[in-house]
Amino acid sequence: MTTLSFTNILVLSYNSLSYAAILFLLASGLSLIFGVMRIVNLAHAAFFLFAGYLALEFYNIIFGSLSLMPRIVQLVSWTALYFAWRGLTLYVAPRHAALALLLAYIVMEILCSLIWGFRFFELFFPHVPVKPVDRINFLGMMAAIVVALAIAALCGMLIERFFLRRLGQDTLSQVLVTIGFAFILQDGSLYTWGGDNFMLKQPWPLNFSAVVWGLSLPQYRAFMIVIAVVVAAALFLGIERTRLGAIMRAAVDDPEMARGIGINTNVVQMAIFAIGALLAATGGVVGGAFFGVYPGLDFEILPYAFAVVIIGGLGSLGGAVLGSIVVGFIENFGTALFPELSYFALFAPMAIILAIKPTGLFGKG
Amino acid sequence: MIENLAEKRRIFIVLGVFVALAAVTPFLDLFMQSLVTEILVFGILAMSLDLLLGFTGLASLGHAAYFGVASYTTAIIMTKEDWTWTFAAFQWADSLGLGLFYIFIFALVVATAFAAFFGFLAIRAVGVYFLMITLSLAMVIWGLAYRWSAVTEGDNGINVLGRPSLFGISLESEMPFFYFTLAVFLICLGLMYLFVRSPFGKTLVGIREREERMQMLGYNIWLHKYLAFIIAGVFSGVSGVMWTLFNLFVSPPDIELITSAEALFMVALGGPATLIGPVIGSAIIRSLQQFISIYVERWPLILGAIYIITIMLGRLYGVEGILGLFGKFRKPAATSETPEG
Repeated sequence: MTTLSFTNILVLSYNSLSYAAILFLLASGLSLIFGVMRIVNLAHAAFFLFAGYLALEFYNIIFGSLSLMPRIVQLVSWTALYFAWRGLTLYVAPRHAALALLLAYIVMEILCSLIWGFRFFELFFPHVPVKPVDRINFLGMMAAIVVALAIAALCGMLIERFFLRRLGQDTLSQVLVTIGFAFILQDGSLYTWGGDNFMLKQPWPLNFSAVVWGLSLPQYRAFMIVIAVVVAAALFLGIERTRLGAIMRAAVDDPEMARGIGINTNVVQMAIFAIGALLAATGGVVGGAFFGVYPGLDFEILPYAFAVVIIGGLGSLGGAVLGSIVVGFIENFGTALFPELSYFALFAPMAIILAIKPTGLFGKG
Repeated sequence: MIENLAEKRRIFIVLGVFVALAAVTPFLDLFMQSLVTEILVFGILAMSLDLLLGFTGLASLGHAAYFGVASYTTAIIMTKEDWTWTFAAFQWADSLGLGLFYIFIFALVVATAFAAFFGFLAIRAVGVYFLMITLSLAMVIWGLAYRWSAVTEGDNGINVLGRPSLFGISLESEMPFFYFTLAVFLICLGLMYLFVRSPFGKTLVGIREREERMQMLGYNIWLHKYLAFIIAGVFSGVSGVMWTLFNLFVSPPDIELITSAEALFMVALGGPATLIGPVIGSAIIRSLQQFISIYVERWPLILGAIYIITIMLGRLYGVEGILGLFGKFRKPAATSETPEG
């Protein structure tokens, strides 16, 4: 065991806080979705990674020399698929339409690979080589973030609307479907963007280290903390102080009564899922300049998000704040003190808290 | 002993299928032979998860942990020559023709210890918390396999140079190893069948259905769940040992989340609380993987799509697993009656 000097402890605390900021962004979405809909979204960390890749892609579109053609083809393909579905379901039952589309897809796949020699699914998941860009500015980063967030939130909304809503409260089905989406997003990203490790570029005012009392503190980490604090405040105020938040809480506490007084709980659920995906995506984009963006990041970070919500309790915003700070500190100090055991160090407090309070510190059960 | 006639018939059907399998497999080609062996290996894993998911109602998303622990232990004791005492003991046992017993005992003890420790942490959690904590613990095992490279060789994985022989019979070629796997599989199936039919197994079903009532009747819920967790971990360990012996190679991707999720899906696909259903699930998933991998290399993408399509279709038609399709095939344990009250 190494001993830490006071300066080391200060720097480590700073790093822990910034790590906690990303964990909070990830875990608060998980917690929110569970608190409102009783769904454990295993695809949550996949949104985190997916958004990182999306931001990377849009950096390339803005600053690099990326051809947009494959993306246009992709968009057209998915739109065509959607309208085919809409058209078919006008005439036949959804299950027959699904079967017909599946069969048509298989036929097209075989035809394409036999006759024209290309994979049909490449229309839906085109392979686009992405180069890390070295030129970036703050506005460009913000634009990329906004686009990535919008797409991730939209994906989350669609998954809720067309899949999870039909499953009811069956935990096993929810788990398998969300993990199915996690695999699809993960492997689709691997296929589309390749297996390289990327690092999102930190834009100009943030890519320096501030020197305070002789300690060098990277400013980007302060930016991460600021973002997390802003998001936490917005979530807290939004849920506790606004009319929309009141509607959301009503839809959680008593869905039947909420429907009775004219609240459209379906829309509320979709919105919650979109916000959850948005939070994960924010974490992914902001964290992309910190962790990097690489295949497997999603399943690597998922246990940390779980540790946060297990310690803090699912469905509680304050719990997510506390849990992410605890996990952030344990992870950073654990790695510094016992490098081989850091993974275990994380789960010891989790076990102790579960032993005392099985639903986490602030959990609703 | 088995008074129910339908139950008897089911046992005969299942045994008949396996006898037919034993008779047919020698005439298949090498690819099919190893596929059948692989299906049996993962069948053990899926059945062991069924003890938890189907019979006890605990959805574990980290069942690959004990599989991984056992498979890595097997690989390590067979290859780590600098760990003198384990390696010397293995050599000595192997020279007596007992190498396999040594491996099984050693690996299962380690897997049991891990299951006992992890179960201790996890069983207190309920519902989704249980799911998350088992997943996290399995990720710890994956992290160890991936990062503790002094022992696990990290990303490179461990190559095992050949299987030990059993009473002097070499298991190197496909066929003897298939029969060995089949024997292990049938022993596991038999033991698990006896387990779920025993009063203990019936109590587990009771806990799944009405936890409060069982508690009121004086059953120690925690202890029952904990023991079920450990027993499932042991059988999962058997499957892990068989995996290393079959594949002669272990690496972190073998034990990551996808394996746990696959096991869970095999159970859900075949039909929970049926024991033989998960084996059918294993057969479907493993065959699909082998055949699809010939054409495209994007297995996780396709697996994800299969999950979603199957669950959504099952939901649409209200069917619980493939065995749910033929309702008559189901074992009585799967119905919602509570034997003791």
